[in-house]
Amino acid sequence: MDQTLQTTPMLVSIANCRQSYPKEAASDVIILDDVNLELREGEIVGLLGRSGSGKSTLLRIVAGLLKPTAGDIRWRDKPITGPVRGVSMVFQSFALFPWLTVEENVALGLEAQGVPKTEREARAEDAIDLIGLGGYENAYPKEMSGGMRQRVGLARALVVHPDLLLMDEPFSALDVLTAETLRTDLIDLWSEGKLPVKSILMVTHNIEEAVLMCDRILVFSSNPGRVASELKVPFPHPRERLDPEFRQLVDDIYALMTRRPVEHRAPAHAIDRTPPPPTFQALPVVSTNLMAGLMETIEGEPYNGLADLPALASAFQMEADELLPIGEALQMLGFAEFEEGDIKLTDAGRRFVEADTDDRKAEFAAALRAHVPMISQIRQVLDERWNHRAPALRFRDELEDYMSPDYADDTMRTIIAWGRYAELFSYDREADQFSLEDEEDEND
Amino acid sequence: MTTPALPAFVSGRRLPNLWDLAAILCVLAGLVLVAHAAGGTLAPLPAANTIHLGLAYLPYYALRTTLRMFVALIFSIVFTLVVAPLAAKSRRLGVILIPALDILQSVPILGFLSFTVLFFLNLFPGRVLGAELAAVFAIFTSQAWNMTFSFYQSLTTVPRDLDEASRSFRLSIWQRFWRLEVPFAMPGLVFNTMLSMSGGWFFVVASEAVTVGNTTFLLPGIGSYVSVALSHSDLAAVIYAIIAMLVVILIYDQLLFRPLVAWSAKFRFEMTSGGEAPDPWVLSVLRRTRLLQLVGDAIGDIANRVGGLRMRLPLPVLTTKSQKPSRVVDGIWFTLVGVVVAFAFWRVAEFVAASVTLSGLAHVVLLGFYTLLRVAAAMIICTIVWVPIGVWIGLRPRWARLIQPIAQFLAAFPANLLFPIVVIVLVRFALNPNIWLTPLMIVGTQWYVLFNVVAGASAFPGDLKEASANLGIKGLLWWRRVIIPGIFPYYITGALTASGAAWNSSIVAEVASWGHTTLTASGLGSYIAQATTEGNTSHIVLGVFVMTAFVLTINRILWRPLHAFAVRRLTF
Repeated sequence: MDQTLQTTPMLVSIANCRQSYPKEAASDVIILDDVNLELREGEIVGLLGRSGSGKSTLLRIVAGLLKPTAGDIRWRDKPITGPVRGVSMVFQSFALFPWLTVEENVALGLEAQGVPKTEREARAEDAIDLIGLGGYENAYPKEMSGGMRQRVGLARALVVHPDLLLMDEPFSALDVLTAETLRTDLIDLWSEGKLPVKSILMVTHNIEEAVLMCDRILVFSSNPGRVASELKVPFPHPRERLDPEFRQLVDDIYALMTRRPVEHRAPAHAIDRTPPPPTFQALPVVSTNLMAGLMETIEGEPYNGLADLPALASAFQMEADELLPIGEALQMLGFAEFEEGDIKLTDAGRRFVEADTDDRKAEFAAALRAHVPMISQIRQVLDERWNHRAPALRFRDELEDYMSPDYADDTMRTIIAWGRYAELFSYDREADQFSLEDEEDEND
Repeated sequence: MTTPALPAFVSGRRLPNLWDLAAILCVLAGLVLVAHAAGGTLAPLPAANTIHLGLAYLPYYALRTTLRMFVALIFSIVFTLVVAPLAAKSRRLGVILIPALDILQSVPILGFLSFTVLFFLNLFPGRVLGAELAAVFAIFTSQAWNMTFSFYQSLTTVPRDLDEASRSFRLSIWQRFWRLEVPFAMPGLVFNTMLSMSGGWFFVVASEAVTVGNTTFLLPGIGSYVSVALSHSDLAAVIYAIIAMLVVILIYDQLLFRPLVAWSAKFRFEMTSGGEAPDPWVLSVLRRTRLLQLVGDAIGDIANRVGGLRMRLPLPVLTTKSQKPSRVVDGIWFTLVGVVVAFAFWRVAEFVAASVTLSGLAHVVLLGFYTLLRVAAAMIICTIVWVPIGVWIGLRPRWARLIQPIAQFLAAFPANLLFPIVVIVLVRFALNPNIWLTPLMIVGTQWYVLFNVVAGASAFPGDLKEASANLGIKGLLWWRRVIIPGIFPYYITGALTASGAAWNSSIVAEVASWGHTTLTASGLGSYIAQATTEGNTSHIVLGVFVMTAFVLTINRILWRPLHAFAVRRLTF
C-alpha cells in the first residue's frame, strides 16, 4: 500500500483486527474480520459501508472505547489500551450534555486534562468562534437546532487540539441543507489549515459525502465487516458535486457496493448444493410499502424497469444507506437485481407491480417462502402444530446463533412485518407468539 | 408534567428469585438481631421529657421536627451517593445490594420504631443524642431506599453516547460522577427525594413519641406535642399542631422543593424543549436578586470546581466483552455471601422454631387479609372519587395549574396529625372502628392518585381529544376507550404509591386513641402496634415479616405487571 510519498508520520496502524460477539452455543458472530488500516498525518479517510458493516465498531476501536477481540492496534506506534489523548470524537447523536452550556460542553475535554480555568475559557472561546458558534456560549443544547448542536460537538472535539479527529456519521442526523453547510464549512477550515487536527477519520454511509470530503475511502462489506476495496479520491478541494468525474466516482462506488453480494452468492450456489443447514441472514428493517414504492418507480416512466442507482437516490432524496437495503431486500426476494450501479426489475417484480392488492400479497408470500428460510420455517412449524401457534422466542433464539441480539431483533421485526403483509401468519405482541389466522386461505 | 416520573420501585427489575430469597433472609435476620439486641434491654426508660401544650412552644417544636427531618435527609443523600454507585459499578456488590434494597423498601419500618429507639439509646449513653439519632434513623429508613434505587437505575441507564463521550474525553471517575452520572440522575433523584420527604414527615411525627412497655419516650417536636395533646384530650392543641405543620410544609415546599423541581428540569435528558412550566416564585426571586444571585453563583462555582477536579483518579479500565471476571475472587465472594445467607437462615429458623406456631402464623396471616381488605377498599373508594375529579381538572388547564400544587402539597402533609380529628368523630358517634378507621390509611396518600390522574389528563394529546369529539364518542364509551386508557399509566403510578404507603400507615391507622379511649380495628397494623406497645419481640418480627410478604406479593403480582402493561401498551 505505502510506496513513495509515505514519509509523513504514521498515526494509527491496525493489523488483522477482528471483533466478534461471543456466543456461548454456536460459533462467534463476527462483526469485523481481518481489517487492516494505516492512517498518516494530513489525510481525511472515510470508512464507507452499510449499517452492519462494523465501521462504527472500528472507529470505536481506534478511539480506545472498545477493545478488539484480536489484532494489533497502535497509536503512534504504541498499543492502544484505552481512550487515547490526542484522539477526539464527534458523535452521530452529538452526545452533548444537556445540563452543560455550550461553553461548558466545549471545555469538558480540557477540564478532563486538568487545564486551568482561565486557559480553558480562552481556548473554548477560540474553538467556539472557529466553528461559528460565537454568541451561543451560554445557550443550552436544548435551545439549539440540530446543526448548531453538531457544531458544538465539533468545537468540543477540536478544543483539545487532537491529532486525529474521529467522526461517526456526523451529519446523518441532520437535514440535507444543514448537513451540506456543515460539510463545506468543515472542508473549508481543513483546506485553509485552520483546523487544529492532523488527520480525520470519518464513518459514513453516504457515498457522495465520502467522495466530497475524503482523500481516501475504504469501502466495507457487511457480515462480517471487511475492507472490500480502497479508493483514492484524486480531486482537490473544493469539490464540485456535478463534475462528471465526481459523478463517475460516485457511480463506481455504487457499483462496488452492490456488486459484492452477487459475486459472492453465484459461485456458492453453483458449487455446493449439498443440503446446508438453514443459515439465517440478518434482514434490514425495510417496510413493504418502501419495496412496493421502489418497484413501482423502477417500472414506471423515466426508468422503465432499469434505473441508475445514484439517479434514483437523488430522485427519492435518499442516501445510499437508505436505498441499498430496499434494493437488496428486493434482490433477496427475487424481485429485482443489481447490475453495475443499476437496479433492474425481474419478471417476478414486474408481476408484482402489475397485480392488484390481493395478488400482490400472494406474490409476496410466495417470494418470502422461497427466499427467506426463517419465514418458511415459521410457517412450517405453525402448519405442523395442532393449535397453529408457536412462541416467537424460539425463532429469535435461533437467529441469535447467527447474528448479534440487535440484528436478531431487527430481523425479527422485519419477519413479523413481512409475514403480516403477506398474511402468512399473524403475530400477537402481548403473548409474543405467531399463529395462523383461521379465516386465512393460502393460495400458493 | 410531561411524563409521569416514577417512584423507583416500579421498575421491571427481574432478578433470579434466589437472590431475592437470600435478601429477604438477610434482612429478616438483621431485624431479628436488632430486635434481639434491643429486646434484651427493655429496662425502664429515662423519664419522659415534658412537652408543653402552650402555643408559644409550638414554633420551637416545629423547628426541632424540621431539623430532624433534614438531618435524616442529608444522611439519605449521602447513603444514596455512596451505595448506589457501589451497587451499579461492582457486579459482586450489586448482586447483594439490589435485592436487599428492594426488600428493605417494602418493610414497614414503623413496626420497628421501639427497637431502634432502644438500640440507639443503648448505643449512646448521652440519652438525648441517642433518642435523636433513633428518630433520625427511623426517618432515614423511610427515605433512603427509593432514592438509592432511583440513582442506581439512572446509573445503569446512562445514555451510551454520553458514556462514550465522557470516556473518549478521558474524564476521571470523579469527574464522570459529577459531570455525567449525578446530573443525569438528578430529575429522578429530586422526584424520589420529594416522595421520601412526604413519607418522612409521617415518620418524624410517629417517631418522636414512642411507647415501649409502660414508658413513653418523648422528643421535643410536633409529633410529641400531638401525642401529649391526645392523652390530655386537648382538641385546640391538636388543631394548633396541624396548623403549625401546614405552615412548615408550605414553607419547605415553596422555598425548597418547587425551586428544586424547576431547577432539576434542566437535567432532563430529552433534547426537546417546550412545555416548560413557569419558574416558581422563589427561583425567580433567586435569579433576580443581585446578592442572592452572587451567593448562589459562588456556591455553584465551588461545587463546579470540586466536581471538575481530576482527583488523580485512574481512568476507567477497558475490558473486552468476553473477558471473564476472576473466578477465584468470585468463588471467595460468593462463598462469603453463602455463609452470611446460611447464618441468616439459621437465625430466622431458630427464631421461627422458638416463637412461631402454625396457628399463630395463621392468625397473623388472617389479620393480614383483614388489612388487605381494608387497603383494597380504601383504594377502590379513592379511585372512584378521585379519578373523575382528576380527569375533570386535568382537562381544564387553568384548574390543573391551580389544583396540582395543592394536591402535591397535601400529599406531603403527615396524615397522622389528622387522625385525632377522625377519632373524635368516631367516639362521638360511636361508629364501628373496624370500618371507619379504614379511610385513615389513605388520608395522606390519596393525593398521589389525584395528582397523577391530573397530570395524565393534562398530558392527554389534544388531537386524540379532538378525534374523539369528532367521532361523537361520549359517556361510558369515552371513559372506556378514550380517557381511562389515556391516563392509565399515570393512575398506576399514583395508585401503587398510595397502596404501598397505605400498608405502612396501617400500623398507625388501625389503632387510634383519644384521652382514655382507644379504638382498635383488628388487622395486621394494629397487631404490630399492639406488639410494639407490649414490647413483644417475636410478635413484632412476625407481624413485620407477614406485612413485608403481603406488600412484596402485591407489588409483584399486581402492580408490576399492570405497570409493565401500561408502559407497553398505553403510552403515547
